[in-house]
Amino acid sequence: MTLYNFLYYGILPVLSLAVLLILIRLLKGPNFVDRVISLDLLITTGIGIITVYSILTGEATFLDIAMILALIAFLGTVAFAYYLEKQEKND
Amino acid sequence: MTNIIIMIVTATGTLFILLAAIGIVRMPDFYLRLSVTTKAVSLGLGLILVGAAVFFDHMAVTSRVVAIIFFLLLTAPVAAHMIGRASYFTGIRMWDKSVLDELKGMYDKETHELKSGAETTEKQDVSANVDEK
Repeated sequence: MTLYNFLYYGILPVLSLAVLLILIRLLKGPNFVDRVISLDLLITTGIGIITVYSILTGEATFLDIAMILALIAFLGTVAFAYYLEKQEKND
Repeated sequence: MTNIIIMIVTATGTLFILLAAIGIVRMPDFYLRLSVTTKAVSLGLGLILVGAAVFFDHMAVTSRVVAIIFFLLLTAPVAAHMIGRASYFTGIRMWDKSVLDELKGMYDKETHELKSGAETTEKQDVSANVDEK
């Protein structure tokens, strides 16, 4: 079993399954904060998929995008938390 | 040999991410889901990134991987703390079978300040000190 086949037929389907499971929580989420953290988790899993894809193609440039996504996910979650707290304060 | 190391590391990381995905669907409570998303995914993603660093075996890629892991370990706990705090203020309930809520009554709903619980005497002492000065 080569590394290519292992990543292509073993790792990527499992990561896709994880994305689908998180998507269930994103659509179902009873509260707003559930959706926020599932969105955060979705982006983090996306970083994993990008990393595996960069190993598959041999292009190290994709890791730059992974770095940017890691920062953006943090900013999104913090912004959501900030405005949720502020909205509660004004009520 | 390198391929086997990459396979083992990547498979372990993917397993952790899958467990986190199952956990976020199956956990009964927002706070339990939050603990899953921060801890398990940080470890799993770090393992996958280490696999990439082993595969490319180049200084530029390794420094990039270290930067990503550093950002992840730095930002994930802060984001989880902020969203957990905001959800506690907006009144998200805990699970029915949870046994302990140590923050109950400790937060001031108006000013969003955290009290320590044993502060009635301490606060008077502090104010007395201020008056003396």
